[in-house]
Amino acid sequence: MDSVTSQMPLLVFIVIGTIAVASSILVVAMRNPVHSALFLLLTFLCVAVLFVLKSAEFVAAVQVLVYAGGIMVLFLFVVMLINYRHLPEEKVMSSVWMGGIGIGLAVFVLLATMVSGGVYHEPAIDADRKLSTVTETHLTAHPSDPDKLVRRTRERENRNAEAVAMALYTDYLVPFEVVSLFLLVAMIGAIVIGKRELSVEEEETTPQYILDRAETEKEIKEAMSA
Amino acid sequence: MPSTAQYLMLSGTLFAVGLIGVIVRRNMITVLMCIELMLNAVNINLVAFSHQIGNLDGQVFTIFVIAVAAGEAAVGLAIIIQLYRLRGSVNVDEARTLNG
Repeated sequence: MDSVTSQMPLLVFIVIGTIAVASSILVVAMRNPVHSALFLLLTFLCVAVLFVLKSAEFVAAVQVLVYAGGIMVLFLFVVMLINYRHLPEEKVMSSVWMGGIGIGLAVFVLLATMVSGGVYHEPAIDADRKLSTVTETHLTAHPSDPDKLVRRTRERENRNAEAVAMALYTDYLVPFEVVSLFLLVAMIGAIVIGKRELSVEEEETTPQYILDRAETEKEIKEAMSA
Repeated sequence: MPSTAQYLMLSGTLFAVGLIGVIVRRNMITVLMCIELMLNAVNINLVAFSHQIGNLDGQVFTIFVIAVAAGEAAVGLAIIIQLYRLRGSVNVDEARTLNG
């Protein structure tokens, strides 16, 4: 029983890693972008499980929320905005597909030789504990003198999210603020780039959604008659 | 417990698959998805090394990478929508005006 439980993370890694690699290959191989997006979602969830195995629970939660929640919805929205039925049937692969696969395999071989031939540090002995322990300093009453305070440190375990927050809001405060600014700039940029420019007459006359609806109805009628 | 080398191997595989997708696929949306795949492979590396040396910095960097990926996806998809409006196509091979 003990050997089974100690082998459990490795087993989970093998199963989840296989699913992640397979679904990532399917992301590349699928013709329909909706299918690609759904397999990408599966890959993200598998990667979140891999994060949990390496005691990065908070990062796994962020992965599920931001990637599987936010970015995936963004992708699916754009796939639905772009109407594939109207695009001409085209080849999925670029004309340089052979070279692309060759470069990819070369990079993989390079990385694999680097990884397998690499010399690694001894892994930290109690990494799980180190990654989930918060050390905090606090003041308490002096044991003998009631007018004085002494500084004590206290360790609280099993708090990965709190430990990450401690690092984020102390050591990495400036990068954190820069990232918030970056997200603001990215949001403004996405809105400015993505918004549709209307001409003056268009703004004054018919609302666009009516024109769109008429166009769609015409297209449906054409498709039905064809 | 899976070793760091196994994690690095997995992330190398994901990275190579993403790279192949970026070069081979012609649909811009799929290309952007493959870029996300490559960023995710890097995140796996960071988390694995963070666990190996018992230091939280790798996880903090992973969160920054996720934030940057979110911003990049938003701007990239906006560009794709605008290109679709301009050309009626999301094929990377057709966006070659800068080619001269």
